[in-house]
Amino acid sequence: MTSATTAVRVRGVAKSFGGTRILDNIDVEIAAGTVHALVGENGAGKSSLGKIIGGYYTPDEGQVEILGRAVARFSPRDALQLGVAMIHQELQLAPELSVVQNVFLGRESARAGILVKGDMARFEALEKTCDFGISPLARVATLRIAERQKVEIMRAIARDAQVIIMDEPTSSLTEDEADRLHEVVKRLKSQGKTIIYVSHFLDHILANCDNVTIMRDGRVVRTSPIAGETKKSLVDSMLGQEAEILYPALPAAPAGDVRPVAELRNVSTDAGLSDISLSVRPGEIVGLIGLVGSGRTEVARAMFGADRITGGEYLIEGRRSEQRLSVRRAIASGVALVPEDRRKQGLVLTQPTRFNVSLGTLGAISRFGILGTSAEVRRTREMIKHFGIVPAAVDGRVARYSGGNQQKVLLSKWAVAKPRLLILDEPSRGVDVGARRRIHDFIVDMARQGVGVLLISSEIEEVINLSHRCYLLSDGRIFAEEPASSLTVESALHRVFLEQNSHRNRQEGAAP
Amino acid sequence: MTDTALNRPGAPARRFDIGAFVRQYGVLIIIAVMLVGLTLLSPSFLSARNLFNILNQSTPLFIIACALTLVIIGGGFDLSTGAIFGVASVSAAWLAINVDPLVAIIAAPMIGLLLGSINGIIITAFNVHSFLVTLATSLVYRGLAILVTDGKLIPVRVEEFAWLGRSKIEMVNVAVLVMFGFMLLMMVILNRTTLGRAIFAVGGNEEAALLSGIRTNLVKIITFALSGGAAGLAGVITVSRLSMGEPQAGAGYEFDAIAAVILGGTSIMGGAGAIWRSMAGVLLMALIGNGFNILNVNPFFKDLTTGVIIVLAVALAATGNRR
Repeated sequence: MTSATTAVRVRGVAKSFGGTRILDNIDVEIAAGTVHALVGENGAGKSSLGKIIGGYYTPDEGQVEILGRAVARFSPRDALQLGVAMIHQELQLAPELSVVQNVFLGRESARAGILVKGDMARFEALEKTCDFGISPLARVATLRIAERQKVEIMRAIARDAQVIIMDEPTSSLTEDEADRLHEVVKRLKSQGKTIIYVSHFLDHILANCDNVTIMRDGRVVRTSPIAGETKKSLVDSMLGQEAEILYPALPAAPAGDVRPVAELRNVSTDAGLSDISLSVRPGEIVGLIGLVGSGRTEVARAMFGADRITGGEYLIEGRRSEQRLSVRRAIASGVALVPEDRRKQGLVLTQPTRFNVSLGTLGAISRFGILGTSAEVRRTREMIKHFGIVPAAVDGRVARYSGGNQQKVLLSKWAVAKPRLLILDEPSRGVDVGARRRIHDFIVDMARQGVGVLLISSEIEEVINLSHRCYLLSDGRIFAEEPASSLTVESALHRVFLEQNSHRNRQEGAAP
Repeated sequence: MTDTALNRPGAPARRFDIGAFVRQYGVLIIIAVMLVGLTLLSPSFLSARNLFNILNQSTPLFIIACALTLVIIGGGFDLSTGAIFGVASVSAAWLAINVDPLVAIIAAPMIGLLLGSINGIIITAFNVHSFLVTLATSLVYRGLAILVTDGKLIPVRVEEFAWLGRSKIEMVNVAVLVMFGFMLLMMVILNRTTLGRAIFAVGGNEEAALLSGIRTNLVKIITFALSGGAAGLAGVITVSRLSMGEPQAGAGYEFDAIAAVILGGTSIMGGAGAIWRSMAGVLLMALIGNGFNILNVNPFFKDLTTGVIIVLAVALAATGNRR
């Protein structure tokens, strides 16, 4: 803060992949002891810049100086020796090892290669500065993402990192977990560490960073102190034009007596839902609001036949299915689910766009099991055009697409199915502003065509602005139902937290 | 939509990328080099007779590698093909002698199909890795083949039975035609059917396949059944050719087939690959063997060379994944 020394100096850095320039003439100075944000659309180059500073990529041109020393060789190992640690979006821990083993991985207390005691004492010393409250002996696989992130941070500090790069640290966290992470960031800053904070979440950046570098198309637009910036000023610079964070207008809600396309009555599942009752009418967008772990995703999975319903009734188009619901039956009765993790649950990344667009509806483009290629190609082209997928190649390599374009491919997969109930779990997570806008338009468009939509998102603002009606969830139960117009982000968050706490208290009170 | 998306690393490079070409078609380049080299070294190499001979000798391996490609693309691994080959070998011999030659020819692939299905059912029912299951069942199947025959050979002196393995139509062996037919069938399944798509999806991302309504377990069972069926077919062709049922027949074929699939460039991780690649892999291995025969080199060098080429091929493919 007060220190005027420079932690990281990037000068004239350029980087290309396969003939495409993704970073061009980058100049950035990051002052020691500050939290410095990198923002930009997906593909703007912010993650790539982070990876160059972290030693993962070697720049084609230009220099990088860390704490006054020029980087000669770019590798994560060399970067660590210079005091730079990077914490990735996808965390890099050994899940089967314990917390303390992960924290000191490669730095174990040892004499001549033989492990000796001492790691626990070192962990306790570390915990004094961090105060995370993680059990050192817990297996990492059993920890939640927020806790794993803390393990990564401890690992960085254990390696005496002075500069910590965080790539999208809050993208998988709930609001309260994000708040706690930001507490940690503040503490690290007060200890003189420098944080490079790469994120899409402008609110988090505005609240927690000192300076911001805005990037667009692989170039730096500007670097400025965060004071004086607003969400709008950031977005305008990112897009290079005046932009409003607007949501599309919703179609009129269907009348209350319209028969729901899907209805849950007192449903419970082994995945932790109890007594869930909700309905979605055709042309209606219904939002689910709750913290991560509140059962939002589990509701989606139950309605899609992915989790078994153990109690209560599930009616699709007013009918109760006689047989046990499976994903196949759900799809056959017009239900579609866009899952929350597009890379792990949605896309087959070894295969091209066309393959992924067709995967949910192979029956519609085949006869006796033989695929009709021309129909498939035509359908895929339509979707590419409809969503503006870039690159616009029928057999494009989805694995190399940006997050926004991957998400559009995933939406195409169910848009071609013409579903009656469309369930969207985190449809705009980790996508750029342009793609986000397109996805919102798509959601509203589906409702206008009479599709019932169930919308799940960690961004409460998104749910409230895109839904007619919202259900509030906590601990696997629905505790309230409200018209979206009567909710604000603050009121909804407040109620969700309050409910969660009172539920915990009730549980503790009930315990002997 | 903003136009920032146009200059992303995902956009296809317009220039011709020689490195990518070599990685993609490396196995074909090596085959071409070997063909030229062997032709120069030995005048007897490039004759129709020798080339058909190479194909004919490798027919069983071609068939097994073909179906194994489906298993590996589906994210599985099959170590039981050699043992199923052995079971098919003794069953076909017994049936040809005691029942009818035609029944033997039809029954052997069916027996393979059945044993392969058992592999698949165990793998999916208990959710055990296919590597372990097929390692275990290969011991069981091989044991059965030895048990029912007392470990003895079964000579088959039945004229009509030899038709499959020995006769020719013009210059082409019937077995080679059968092999090409089977290869075409596998290609159609993999590339033109919904089942083929499902195989790629299961191997590429099982969770995504499940959430797309694909019956992932059924798909896996089918790939193992096809692999077993192929081993059975390969087995009966070999019995017919040698006029001898042998409980130990096909030992080591499982590894040759896996080596051929890898050599061709199909990803061992699943989710990507092609039948032609495995065919090229078998051909390359056959050429190495044939070359050493023609040149009269110590056969010890054959395995050594094959091994070195596999390591090189895998290393070459891996360079493409680096960033």
